[in-house]
Amino acid sequence: MAKNLRGTHQIVTANRLSDGVVVFFTRSGDWSPDFNDAVVADDPAAAETLLPRARGAATATVEPYLVAVELVDGAPVPVSMRERIRVGGLTFPVLAAGASRYA
Amino acid sequence: MVTVHSGSRAVPSALSPLPLDAWLLDLTAAAVSLPNTASPDLLGDGLARLELIALHFPKFNDGRAYSQARLLRGRMGYRGELRATGDVLRDQLPFMLRCGFDSFEKADPPFGEAVRAAATLFSVVYQPAEDNRVPAAELRRLATAGAMAAAAAVSLG
Amino acid sequence: MPDSYFYRYDAHDRALVAERVAQFRDQVARRLSGDLTEEQFKPLRLTNGLYLQLHAYMLRVAIPYGTLTSGQLRALAGIARRFDRGYGHFTTRQNLQFNWIRLEDAPDILEALAAVDMHAMQTSGNCIRNVTADHFAGAAGDEVEDPRIWAEIVRQWSTLHPEFSFLPRKFKIAVTGSPRDRAAVRVHDIGLRLHRDPAGAVGFEVIVGGGLGRTPMIGKTLRDFLPREDLLAYLEATLRVYNRYGRRDNLYKARIKILVHEIGAERMRGEVDAEFHALRGTALRLPDEVIDAIARQFAAPALAARPARSEDVERLRARDRAFARWLAANVTPHRVPGYAIVTAALKQLGAPPGDASATQMDAVADLADRHSSGEVRVSHEQNLILPWVPLDDLQALWRALDALGFADPVAGRIGDIVACPGLDYCALANARSIPLAQRLSLRFGDAARQQEIGELKVRISGCINACGHHHVGHIGILGVDRNGTELYQISLGGDPEAGSTAIGEILGPALTEERTIEAIEAMVDLYLATRVAGERFVDTYRRLGADPYKEKVYGHRA
Ligand code: SF4
Repeated sequence: MAKNLRGTHQIVTANRLSDGVVVFFTRSGDWSPDFNDAVVADDPAAAETLLPRARGAATATVEPYLVAVELVDGAPVPVSMRERIRVGGLTFPVLAAGASRYA
Repeated sequence: MVTVHSGSRAVPSALSPLPLDAWLLDLTAAAVSLPNTASPDLLGDGLARLELIALHFPKFNDGRAYSQARLLRGRMGYRGELRATGDVLRDQLPFMLRCGFDSFEKADPPFGEAVRAAATLFSVVYQPAEDNRVPAAELRRLATAGAMAAAAAVSLG
Repeated sequence: MPDSYFYRYDAHDRALVAERVAQFRDQVARRLSGDLTEEQFKPLRLTNGLYLQLHAYMLRVAIPYGTLTSGQLRALAGIARRFDRGYGHFTTRQNLQFNWIRLEDAPDILEALAAVDMHAMQTSGNCIRNVTADHFAGAAGDEVEDPRIWAEIVRQWSTLHPEFSFLPRKFKIAVTGSPRDRAAVRVHDIGLRLHRDPAGAVGFEVIVGGGLGRTPMIGKTLRDFLPREDLLAYLEATLRVYNRYGRRDNLYKARIKILVHEIGAERMRGEVDAEFHALRGTALRLPDEVIDAIARQFAAPALAARPARSEDVERLRARDRAFARWLAANVTPHRVPGYAIVTAALKQLGAPPGDASATQMDAVADLADRHSSGEVRVSHEQNLILPWVPLDDLQALWRALDALGFADPVAGRIGDIVACPGLDYCALANARSIPLAQRLSLRFGDAARQQEIGELKVRISGCINACGHHHVGHIGILGVDRNGTELYQISLGGDPEAGSTAIGEILGPALTEERTIEAIEAMVDLYLATRVAGERFVDTYRRLGADPYKEKVYGHRA
């Protein structure tokens, strides 16, 4: 399970306890389901302090962990496919192309 | 601070169990602690003199001591106190009671009512174990046999 | 509930499931209030079938021996609608998974399941899992006895077993009553195969230590013939040996197959026998009247006598090529003349294998009421089965299934792809499974070509846990992750059936998705060009060996 690949920039993510929704640790020390709210640590030292801070604020989330991101046009994008899927959702239509008539 | 909670037993023993190695050198001691890798057969004839056997759960998900408990109770006829020590969680108590444990060590916070509640959490069991509860299959068989006997009595009468 | 032709819960079963739901409701509340840590809670939610996956919680519902009433299927549809995003995923182990569950809703969902005599107990965790059986049980002509009788007896015995709820690792039991073995009993922790001894008595061949995953192994026969009454004593003996001596120091070496492998089948048999002799004849003995009482509940529906041949079916078969193809692939002969077993293939062109929407589930439930005595089965190939269909109903059923997208003539063919959820859903995955399955299904979509290719089992897993059973696919595909790139490793020659069980052999280095599809196309072409009459893909592979396939796939690399 390649959660995390090496990278200089890191964010912290977790799943929300009550419903499992993917959340990100924010600048204000809170959790948000919006990836754009994620606070980015831009060097390993900052990442090392970010994770404990996030864990300290994790009563309503499950098992926070660091995710490597790269900056594409200034915006963070997770390095691993797994984390891109967590941010972007399923990579295929849930029903077959011609199946909407059955749904 | 570790508290010992009683299951079906009135008062847990105040003896402190010897580690198995020490006990094997002093078979007169009445309490032993068995690591979960040891076979209960090692207790040999000394079993008859034991008043307390402590079985250990190094992690709650290491379930070897359940089998040790059933062997001690069901196979070897041990009737003294059987105590669960280590990582003993409230949600395991129903299983432990069924395997023949009758006292439980628990650090902070202690179990409180949990031990008593565990005994009645499930009104139905599906398999014979060391607690003499009657499995559902046997209750069904008895009910059918009873109904047939009643029917036979009616037709005779 | 309406009539059913399999085990019906009584007051004992209902009480236990209700108490279990109440217990879990309390545990969820303690977790949400912070009384339980995630570490403490995780095993509790897992033994209630609740996983935390990539996007949400996933609830795995047990469908014991794959048998459902139409009412139960409707209840599952209702849960999909009310608590999920309107669909569910049928797995290779006769379970249904809901992918978008909220922890807060889980106790209510379990209650909704309990209302139709269903549960999610022991569908995860290191305990005895949902017991599986042949999906054609009771309807196929080739079985010694209905294996579901025994799966139900084992289900009860294993439910909340006090000694075996914290085993070294998960434990899977499968039962078959047929020599054709549609339950893959040689690749389970314990496989039970019903057969008769020379005197005609029914008993079990007990196969121990098979399994897929990281170290695939074919199980060893510990007993050729175990009398029926001793089944539970023997199972308890085996599980006790495993609980005491199975490895707990290494997650990857903790399954019973490793124990059997390390100490050898001989010693394993000796250990189990010693324990068995002490347990035999105790309260675990199964008296005939207990077996018979359960067996009676599996009595087949009263099927009206019908002609063995339907003129309507024959006329349409001659006239309509699509219908003829569907009959050839998705309709299986029945034990009872005038009836058929129909596979509703959840393998619509380009659809995620095994997925069904709530609307589709409801519709299949209606079809089961109309054409199949109200009963539906779930197969290991992630299809639904209608087991009691009169031949004269086939035409109407075909049209209705077609309208649902479930009549593609793929059963057992290359379009009948089995795939686990993979990286789109699963927290353990290395690579995606579903998009590859979809592309393969589209590539080989042509029904005439599929028919020409014939039987070919393609199975895809997104990681070495092998939920997609890739080891026993004629073509197995395993997703791997190489430095962040998804690649797929192909294996050939796997086979799940008892007589010929085989673990597939790895063909060569892993390939990209694109090249995997090309490789399969090339290997299929090779098969078509070299097969001799009557050979399936896997037979040709066995005859030719791996070299020509390697050559095809890797030989002419530009
Ligand atoms: S095989 Fe791996 S990726 Fe697929 S469902 Fe199982 S654990 Fe997840």
